Amino acid sequence: MKNLSNHQDGADQVTSEVFRASRRDFLKMGGLISGSFMLGVSFWGCDKKGNKTVSFAPNVYLSIDNLGEVTLVAHRSEMGQGIRTSLPLIVADELGADWSKVKIVQAEGNEAKYGNQNTDGSFSVRMFYKPMREAGATAKLLLMQVAAKKWDVTVDKCDTANNHVILTGTDKKLEFGELVEEASALPVPTVSAVMLKERSGFNMIGKPTPIVDLKDITTGKAVFGADVVLDGMKIAVIKRSPVVGGAVKSVNDKKALAVPGVHKVITIKGAGIPATLSKPLAGVAVIADNTWAAIKARDLLEVEWELGPNADYDSEKQIQQLTKEVAKNGRVRRKRGNFAAAKAGAKKVIEHTYIAPHLAHATLEPPAALAQVKDGKCEVWACTQNPQGAIKAVADALGFAEDKVKMNVTLIGGGFGRKSKPDFVVEAAVLAKESGMPVKVQWTREDDIHHDYFHSLSVQRVVATIDKDNKLSGWNHHIAYPSISATEDPSVLQPADGELGLGATDFPYDVPAIQIETHDARAQIRVGWLRSVRNIPQVFAIGTMLDEIAEARGMDPVANALELLGADRNITFSQETGKEAYPNYGEDIAVYPWETARMKAVINRVAKEAGWGKKLPARSGFGFAAHKSFLTYVACIIQVSIDENNNVTIPEVHYAVDCGVAVNTDRVKSQFEGGAQFSTSLALKSAITVKNGQVEQNNFDGYQIIRMSESPQNIHVHIIDSDAKPTGVGEPPVPPFTPALCNAIYAAIGKRIYTLPIDLTK
Amino acid sequence: MAKFSITINGQNHEVDALEDMPLLWVLRDIVGLKGTKFGCGKALCGACTVHLDNEAIRSCSFPIASVGSSKITTIEGLSEHGDHPLQKAWEEHIVPQCGYCQTGQIMNAAALLKSNPKPSEEAIEQAMEGNLCRCGTYNRIKAAILSAASA
Ligand code: FES
Ligand code: FES
Repeated sequence: MKNLSNHQDGADQVTSEVFRASRRDFLKMGGLISGSFMLGVSFWGCDKKGNKTVSFAPNVYLSIDNLGEVTLVAHRSEMGQGIRTSLPLIVADELGADWSKVKIVQAEGNEAKYGNQNTDGSFSVRMFYKPMREAGATAKLLLMQVAAKKWDVTVDKCDTANNHVILTGTDKKLEFGELVEEASALPVPTVSAVMLKERSGFNMIGKPTPIVDLKDITTGKAVFGADVVLDGMKIAVIKRSPVVGGAVKSVNDKKALAVPGVHKVITIKGAGIPATLSKPLAGVAVIADNTWAAIKARDLLEVEWELGPNADYDSEKQIQQLTKEVAKNGRVRRKRGNFAAAKAGAKKVIEHTYIAPHLAHATLEPPAALAQVKDGKCEVWACTQNPQGAIKAVADALGFAEDKVKMNVTLIGGGFGRKSKPDFVVEAAVLAKESGMPVKVQWTREDDIHHDYFHSLSVQRVVATIDKDNKLSGWNHHIAYPSISATEDPSVLQPADGELGLGATDFPYDVPAIQIETHDARAQIRVGWLRSVRNIPQVFAIGTMLDEIAEARGMDPVANALELLGADRNITFSQETGKEAYPNYGEDIAVYPWETARMKAVINRVAKEAGWGKKLPARSGFGFAAHKSFLTYVACIIQVSIDENNNVTIPEVHYAVDCGVAVNTDRVKSQFEGGAQFSTSLALKSAITVKNGQVEQNNFDGYQIIRMSESPQNIHVHIIDSDAKPTGVGEPPVPPFTPALCNAIYAAIGKRIYTLPIDLTK
Repeated sequence: MAKFSITINGQNHEVDALEDMPLLWVLRDIVGLKGTKFGCGKALCGACTVHLDNEAIRSCSFPIASVGSSKITTIEGLSEHGDHPLQKAWEEHIVPQCGYCQTGQIMNAAALLKSNPKPSEEAIEQAMEGNLCRCGTYNRIKAAILSAASA
């Protein structure tokens, strides 16, 4: 603990009640405006007994009152990943708080105050690990300064534990609550003056911590999007255009209005085309006293639609058309060496076309949001992954300034990217304004499946060439899918660089000739992103083709992958893609390089743990795949067994993961367990089809996800012990799962899979 | 509209509702018990599971008019202090992810243990087949039921 006496150097100007802490160190991560200040406000008030209470809040993420209560602010949305636990525990660990006594409060949407809150892209821990540590350490330093003065010692003689400052080597200690008043009067040190703990000093980081909402969930007290109630609140259920871009032509609401409890029928104009990633679809809303009346009345609405140009859309036909398309030459998006020459000189050429369907998120909680518009202000409660985006969308729809919209974030009953889109939040706001009543919009399951922002279908063709020395000499990957960008701009026909950067152009294998080509595909539905996004199809194609390459080379698939990764090195894709700022999940590739050594380490670890290579019974097999996504390295080995009726069971899944520092090891594991189960649905069961522009599935009977008996039976998660910067784990479990499963099926029964979902009867 | 008198968690409630209103919406919108969740409305997901006497039912597909004099138990009434053996086992195994399906899962499992206090893994899978979890907590659910049953 050096340099502590200099902590005040460079501290910004301080007043007695408002502290300004330099924010520069916080700025790099969130696209925040450089040079702004974070305000730490200290509040004076009275508690119930009339005792004066002081709240010490050296930054926005924590405060401590004079009774010693530590309050930590969770500013990212909780949807099952455990972020309401993981970020606060980082603050608590650095602070030396007593975790059993901390209070966690959920922040409302406020970018200026909290930084980025768009809970997406497996970003939260990656982006906020350091700021959270600094927040805790800053408060700790100030509290220690007060205690040190009282004891007449230097600060380096102090430490913190369990809500106390302690004088090291003695049994002297002072409770945080006794120190906050004086701490509030001290200048907040610059972040660079704050000492962070050594790893050996962590009490929580790197260990398993139960989630803070556990008891509320098991007792039914947890509050989700549909659970907030306001006085006079009405429920809205909406009949939306069956085709994206459709408009309401006429409405007969006579029968609907006759249902007891129904108040109003309101038409929502909707976005039309482009559908956008934020605006509602055209629809007709029934506003009623309760959900059942609204659902019944909605069924009685007679609506005539102007369906628009997407009414001819047929997903099966699009797959056929794209299959022809990817057979041609495409637009080159990454090029190394000369693929044509590699092919001409090849001893063997392997070529396959891979097809994957549209997918729906099917979060178990259907979208729901409550809004109230009063006195030129709008207050919302919603299960949103992106409160700041929702504020913008609501303000825009209502013609309000953004500071007139307050966005309260509830727990989210599953997100997976669906609830990043605020269309449903805007619906509630528009209806509340229009009706003059607080309105909760409730989506039904059918609404959710019909009107999702879908993960779009894809067709790919991969050509691999093996030369006379039995080396993989060429890799040619053709890709076609309707792009997410087309939801905002339907003239976009090609995948975005960011989409290709999710597994395709960041192909890490050291092959002399690499050519990645893309093809036109038109979007006629709302395309969005689903847990791991384009990695799902792209890694399905890559991971299964690598297995075929290994077989063609007469090599073990694990040895094949290790060899193809080549020498230990950091890869940059900038030159070969012509993208100086290669997407790299939003991070500078110099700071987060693609490190082949880390990938090899997870591959070796998973092979060892899974007992790769051991003999399995008949119709059983091991499959392997490895993939880095969202900057996290993952290798996966799956064991399947397939009965005579071609029923697939998955007795064992092994994952090895290097996500840098694993903040809450239990939630890292649970994300991988959940990722395996989520992926089992994608691989074996789920598909959305569209005919005449309309989704053909309605509910969980048509759009299927796995049930308990279909879950992989044992899911083992091996976390690499690492000091590297932490990266996210929400999405990385998904990409390698499907190819590993397909490869295991091949090992078990000799059948290769080229189309998802897997159907062994075909 | 009709008047119904129903017993929920040991308390009598007089409610005014459409005859075909599913019990789910009576619980959530009229009585104000929000622990029971809506996931599909078609008896396909189990999020809305409550007990009718000792049996697990899907409240989304069970009209209020069919309740009669049977006693309804919801997650709020499963135990007084949230300490039913299953709730404790759920905490021990840190089962939930998003949590949305979990009250339905717990209610369904509680009905299973009433009729079969020591279920095999297969019996658990069979009984829990109607309860979906999109986050993927099936393995921890099974482990929690097994440990509650052996407690
Ligand atoms: S909501 Fe009742 S079973 Fe899904
Ligand atoms: S925990 Fe999210 S649906 Fe089960």
